[in-house]
Order: sequence, then C-alpha cells, then structure tokens
Amino acid sequence: MNVIVCIKQVPSLTDVQIDPENGRLKRDGVESVINPFDEYAIEEGVRIREKVGGKVVVITMGPPQAESALREALSRGADEAFLISDRAFRGSDTLATSYTLSSAIKFIGNYDIIICGKQALDGDTAQVGPGVAEMLNIPHIAYVKKIELLGDKLIRVERMMEDGYDLIESSFPILLTVVKEINIPRIPSLRGKMFSKKASIKTLDAATIGVDAKRIGFSGSPTQVMKTFSPPQRNNCGEKFSGDAKEIAIALVKRLSTLGIV
Amino acid sequence: MINIIKVLADKCVGCKMCESRCPFSAISMLEMGSSEHKRRFKLAVIDLNKCTYCGLCIRICKFDAIELKKDKVQVEIDKNLYKGVWVYAEQRHGEISDIVYELLNEGQKLAGKLGTSLSAVLIGSDIRSKVQGLIDRGVSKVYVCDDPIFVEFQDDPYTDVLTRLIKKEKPEIILIGATNIGRSFASRVAARICTGLTADCTSLEVDSITKNLQQTRPAFGGNIMATILTPEHRPQMATVRYKVFKEAKAEVRRKGEIIEYKVDTQTLLNRTKFLGFIKYTANIVNLSDANIVVSGGRGLGNKEGFKLIKELAECLRGAVGASRAAVDSGWISDMHQIGQTGKTVAPKVYVACGISGQIQHMVGMNSSDVIVAINKDAKCPMMQIASYALEGDLYEIIPNVIREIKLYRSI
Repeated sequence: MNVIVCIKQVPSLTDVQIDPENGRLKRDGVESVINPFDEYAIEEGVRIREKVGGKVVVITMGPPQAESALREALSRGADEAFLISDRAFRGSDTLATSYTLSSAIKFIGNYDIIICGKQALDGDTAQVGPGVAEMLNIPHIAYVKKIELLGDKLIRVERMMEDGYDLIESSFPILLTVVKEINIPRIPSLRGKMFSKKASIKTLDAATIGVDAKRIGFSGSPTQVMKTFSPPQRNNCGEKFSGDAKEIAIALVKRLSTLGIV
Repeated sequence: MINIIKVLADKCVGCKMCESRCPFSAISMLEMGSSEHKRRFKLAVIDLNKCTYCGLCIRICKFDAIELKKDKVQVEIDKNLYKGVWVYAEQRHGEISDIVYELLNEGQKLAGKLGTSLSAVLIGSDIRSKVQGLIDRGVSKVYVCDDPIFVEFQDDPYTDVLTRLIKKEKPEIILIGATNIGRSFASRVAARICTGLTADCTSLEVDSITKNLQQTRPAFGGNIMATILTPEHRPQMATVRYKVFKEAKAEVRRKGEIIEYKVDTQTLLNRTKFLGFIKYTANIVNLSDANIVVSGGRGLGNKEGFKLIKELAECLRGAVGASRAAVDSGWISDMHQIGQTGKTVAPKVYVACGISGQIQHMVGMNSSDVIVAINKDAKCPMMQIASYALEGDLYEIIPNVIREIKLYRSI
C-alpha cells in the first residue's frame, strides 16, 4: 500500500506572544514546525505501512526552507520526500495550491491513499485536501478519526461529525483528511533522525511537474487578499474585581443578568 | 505572470511604519551606509518569501515609497450572467441545521444590497416538508434535490448535484455553513467549477458597484483578520462560521417558488459507500453550538475540580470546556478540549476558570462575545483580555456565583 502524505510548514504558535502594541503575533525568531494536524497524517501513513507494507512518501509545497519539515517527517518514519517549490507558486490560494499539489502527485504517481491533516494552523481553511482529491478525480473523506483496511481493495473509516460519527467504505485510491483523535504521533527515533539527515530530498519545480502557468501562483488564484487588519482589541478593556468572593459573585451575576444570561 | 513589489529607495525614509504593521513580518529595516548622506539611514526591505502582496504597506506608507504591480488575473467569465444569492440549506438526518437560518438572514441582506433575490438549495431524501420553513425565513426560491441517494451526506453525489445546479442556474454568491459537511464538500464544488472559496467567514459585505463580495475571516487563529475578494470569478463562494449572524425571523406562510431539480441519479458520481451513523451516546453538549461555555484549566488543581465546573455550567445551561493542560492531566476527556488542537467556540459568554490563557487556548475562544476569567493571577493573559476579570480562588468564587445565580432566579 503506497501512501502519500501532504504536509505544510507553519510558524509555531508555541512560545509566540501577542504584541500588546499592535495586537499581532510576534513572529521574530519564531521557528517553523510541521502543521500539528499533519503530524497525525504522517503517523497514520507510517502505521499503514507497518501493517501492510509499501511506502510512505511525504510532500510539501513551500519555500526552500520547508525542506526541514520534510526531514522531520522522514525522521518520524516516512520513506521518501519531495519538496514542491518554485517562485511561480508564490501567492497561491487554496485552489492554485490544490492544483499544484495534485499535479505533483500525478507526477509522483503510484499511490493508494493520500492523507492530509484536517486543516493547517495558519490558514485554517481545510480546503486543500478535498481540493486535491477533486483535481485528481478521486473520492475523499474528511475528518477521519479511524482507518481500517479491509484487504487490499477496501478501506473503512469513521468520519467525525458534530453529533457522532459516520461509517464509510471506499475503494482505492482515496484521499483522507484526519483529525487528532486518530492516533498519538510517535517521537522521532534515533534511527529515523540519522536516516532523515542523510536522505536526499528531490525538489519538484513547475517545469518538472508540468503545470499550466495560468493555474498556479497569483494568476491561478481566484481569491485575493484585499486587506488585513488586527481584530478589535480586548486587552485591558474589561472590568476587574477582587476581594471578597461573595461580593465578586454578586457583581458578576448582576452583569450577567443585564446581558440576559442568568 | 508574477506580481512585483518594490521599495523606492529614493522615497523611503526608514520610518519603520511598514515594518511594524506588516501582518506577515515580511518587511525589515536595513542599515544603509551612504556616501550622499553623511548620516546612516534605514531602508525598508521586503522578504518576497513572506510577502503576500496584500498591499497594506502601500496604504500605510506616507511617502509613497512602496510600489506594487499586481498581475491581472485573466479570466473569460461574463460576470453579468451570474445573478442571485444562494444559501446551501444543509440538513442532517432530515433536520435543517441552525446555521442555515443564520445564513438566510445574511443572504437576504446581501441580496437586498445587490437588488437580487435569495434562493436556497436543499439536498436530501424525503425533505420536501422542510421547504416551507425556508420560505418563511425569506427565501423566494427553493431548489429541491430530493432522492434516496441523498439520504446521508457523501461528498461525491452532493458535489455532483450542486455543481450541476450551479452551472445551470449561475448564482453570483453561494453561502455555505462552515460545518463538517460544508467544509468537506464546498471545497470540492469550488475546485470543480474553478472558482474562489473563502473559508470560515465572520463578516460579509458587498460592493454595490463591482458586486464583489467582501469576505472577512480570521486567520492565524484569529490574530489577523483578512478581507478576501473573488474579483474575476463567479460564483463567489464562502463558508460561514456558526453563530456570527443572527437567525432570520420566520414569517408564517410566506409565498415562494419551489423548483424540483431532477437528476438522473445513475449518472451521479458515488464512489464511497455509507454504512451507518453512530450517535454520541454520552451526554455531550455540542460545544460549537453552545451559547455559554464554562471551561476549566490547570488552576483547578485536580480532577474533582471539574465537578464544580459542571455544576456552574449546568446552572448557566452551558457546555463544559477544558484547556489542553486539564485534558493532558487526565481530568476530563479530550472531547471537551478548546483551542488550537481542540474545538473552536464563539459563545455569548465564555467562563475561563483557572485558565491562564496560553495562545493555543486563546485561538479557540477569543471570538467569544463576553469573556469571564476567574484566576488567582491577575496578571495572566486570560485576565488581561477578559471582559470581567475575577481575581481570587475559584473554589471560593464559583460556589458563590452559583448561589447568587440561584438567588437571583428565585426573586
């Protein structure tokens, strides 16, 4: 069973602070990490290989420095990695990204399952996974919390919904986006770390994967950012209460009652 | 086919305004030694790997020192052919989801501004009885796709039928709830018809001249807001977050048009097989739907603390949430976790008990209307952002709050 795992490198939120001056994230010196949801995708890919054999190929689209995310994925058990990188990919929205990733996956070929994290931490869209499946013309199931392989022809998954979960069956190839309930990712092993250091990572550029220049980067992106701004500030705008617990409680209940909450 | 942004060295005075305001930290200041100027001065430099060409710096710069040439997207779409606002009337197990009524309210406003009509698309099995409820809430036209194949949500047939209907009817705007269903198949629909989709919007406006939908959404866990356009493509698609818009009011027995959209289901894509649905049996409140959430964190000190949290939640008729620290300590199941790797909530009131407010937690709840923090440490981040910051021992304050609420209600 060959698995392709799509990951994204994102700025780490750990240790990041909000700048009280302008309410933005202080990103100076912030390290980049694998999108937390993608760690579950990598782990699930590796578990499938451990169970039934095959290989796990991990891919990412991003600037050259995204290679470090791929190396970490290799240390966590992936077998091969490709960096999809080209200046022409810059400015891609979810549609252009889906197209570029799907073109790279067609180029790599030979896959049964594609696994993505349910969404990326920075963009939060959850759109690229299903988008890739659509461009590859294969089915997808999102929010998967359990995967069961039924022989080499069928897969059964549990899809998390707001009110419970759905049981769904599919043949291959299939794209799955996974939630954190699916597994507990392992820590990179020493052997994995050694392997990841030595592994060669191939870069796939626009010409190699043969993309249509009109469908990538800015020109391939129907959505455009018109403006960005800080959300309304909440800092230090609230009322403070301290002292006697009973008096604090009375003050709070009074305010909640004016809001019609109590 | 690449955008070009550059700093005009002769105009830049090194004032750092752009550096501090760039949401993507793409601008830094370079020390320049100059022969013309005796003194050293600074020049803004843009890191093209980080720049998203959003243009904010251009509006901020008082010296017109930054120049942006945007690549024109060339699309041959006659935008005038696309008319009307659509709301996807999501149903699950035969019931219309609450988010639909919120979308109808917003959809009606947008349709009014555009001088066009509001329609709904209802896909399901045996769901015709739900049509009038949509019409009562302001829909002038309901497209109904009623067939046993749609009894449970699966991406393939739902994508296929909605795509065909869009291609046939050509709406200019489609609003879809940012639910698990909406977020799963809206992206597929947008990819198939090659248009833009903006995820998880919290505010929508239209420009009455360009007819562009201005879709505002939080990014980076709510630390940056971005307004996004789909200027050259139609329809403009957006998924919309729960609870940000008010529900449309029902007006009994309004009149509307019902259009049955029949498709030959044999020709619909249907590559997955639905086997069954397992409902959560435990008494789990849907956190995303809750109007009030009471959460506990590390400050509870032990598992028993959640009894008090539950008691307060019940008293307020709210749901129980938790920080990751509390979940990791094994005090409560991860179904309750709120934050980066947990759930995102935006209730009317969020009560954070013994939660210091790590950024990973904040991103899951900072769009709540009112935040109440109860904490010993008045300086912790949660107390700083709280609408009501209650300093003290939560084991003393919470029982008092419960008592006072009961007292208030008994009056």
